Amino acid sequence: MELQHAVERLHARYAHALDADQLEEWPGFFTENGVYRITTAENEARGLPLPVLYAEGRAMLRDRIASLRHANIYEPQRYRHLISCCLVESKDGKTATSMANFLVIRVMENGETLLFACGRYVDRVALSPEPRYEERVVICDSRRFDTLLAIPL
Amino acid sequence: MLQRSWPAEGVTRVPYWVYQDESVYREEQEKIFRGATWNYLCLEAELPEPQSFLTTFVGDMPVVVTRDAQGALHAWENRCAHRGALICMQARGKAERFACIYHNWTYDHAGNLATVAFRRGIAGKGGMPADAKPESQAPKKLRVGSVHGLVFGTLSDKVASLEDYIGPEILPRIKRVMKKPVKLLGIYTQVLPNNWKLYMDNVKDTYHASLLHLFFTKFRINRLTQKGGVFVSRDGAHHCTYTEMVEDQGDAYEKDGMRSAGSSLNQFQLEAPEVLEQVDELGDGVAIQILSMFPGFVLHQIRNSLAARQVVPKGIDRTELHWTLFGFEDDDEAMQRRRLLQANLVGPAGYISMEDGAATGFVQRGVAGSPDRASVIEMGGSTIGSGDSRITETAVRGLWQTWRRHMSL
Repeated sequence: MELQHAVERLHARYAHALDADQLEEWPGFFTENGVYRITTAENEARGLPLPVLYAEGRAMLRDRIASLRHANIYEPQRYRHLISCCLVESKDGKTATSMANFLVIRVMENGETLLFACGRYVDRVALSPEPRYEERVVICDSRRFDTLLAIPL
Repeated sequence: MLQRSWPAEGVTRVPYWVYQDESVYREEQEKIFRGATWNYLCLEAELPEPQSFLTTFVGDMPVVVTRDAQGALHAWENRCAHRGALICMQARGKAERFACIYHNWTYDHAGNLATVAFRRGIAGKGGMPADAKPESQAPKKLRVGSVHGLVFGTLSDKVASLEDYIGPEILPRIKRVMKKPVKLLGIYTQVLPNNWKLYMDNVKDTYHASLLHLFFTKFRINRLTQKGGVFVSRDGAHHCTYTEMVEDQGDAYEKDGMRSAGSSLNQFQLEAPEVLEQVDELGDGVAIQILSMFPGFVLHQIRNSLAARQVVPKGIDRTELHWTLFGFEDDDEAMQRRRLLQANLVGPAGYISMEDGAATGFVQRGVAGSPDRASVIEMGGSTIGSGDSRITETAVRGLWQTWRRHMSL
């Protein structure tokens, strides 16, 4: 139960940081070499490697946020993450694997609210000194993305 | 018939009703997508084996693309001769034949109606009359052509051969990218909140890239001061623009205070610039090549990112962009990793491409109250043709000249 709680708490902190526009905290949820990849269930099922977004290590994660803050043009928007059905396992007590469902609702500045993405987080979590993602694979159920995917899922 | 008039300035103006009018949209389906054009269908690599198939669209029309048992390519309308239901529901797969689920009428790989369930009835009762001709409503067959591994189809028996349609200005630029057998990396769809022509217009607009996309300019990937150029096909329908790898060391954007130069954010540098590292795999020192074919096909090389983009209209203010990213069969591990990292530049989350979705949507919304006002498209004057400057809207004018020709407007 402690393990379950620790990993679920990581997921929750991650979601709250993104939803509260604390994007600078995002790389800190990963280990130094942590990998983040968004893909689709279709590509995953076909064994196709194409990511929608891909970062290896915190430097690339920080570049993504810096680019969103300083370079990219997109309309102001927020996400609301709902995460559920989290299954956690650990064989050695050092790393855990986790699978959880996610639903991300996107709210535009004018109030337009859209079910933006749903799918699974498939994670490998390093448990000490505190839980962090060694790898987070975001597998979107749909192949379709509305307009643009700026903020990480 | 459309009761619309074009502004007197002609080729340097595009009235905004072209993006808003339902009747324009319907006429485009008939006169352009189902008319005398070649429409991109897929990569040959997506139909690797005999009897493989996939489903796609030509405009609004659903289409099945197949490779038959002998290896020949076919494309036909995904509509059953009987009641009009989709014949093929799956996105792709392999099949010995295609059976409509509704009443089990079946088709071969060429789209021929093969069998009609209980056509002669059972035990002398029911069935169709002997002189019935259900084949008269068979799915339309497309003429299929393939160049350098790209598959196109047309419903027109008047349009020139695919090679002649593409023309001598553009065909070598396709061959340049499709130089080896390709390997599919993956697909996804970006849904754009705008008319399909606004996206094609954006692709052909060589002027916008380094002004809209800070990522291009700040990191000196693509500036108008870099050596490059634009090719436009003789009829204006297709274009290809390129930028050479030699980096611009000048400060034209900084001096003029362009947002995209990021002059107010000198602290913004990539910590992991390897995302941008290019190997000159095509051997000609070109960093970026964007190529478009009328009506809805784009082929890109952005550093080592290679992709086909299919533009699928879904109504006056909605467009699907079907991205197919690929590499080559002989890519080593390092090249594959490079392509996957550079996938960050394109698609819905692309450092560059995400902004095209935003900008074209802004036009769709911006013009809502002004169907009778028009875009000003005078960069580079009023001519349509190839040149060595990209501070021009020549390819955009080519798009509209072609569109008007097809629409008789």
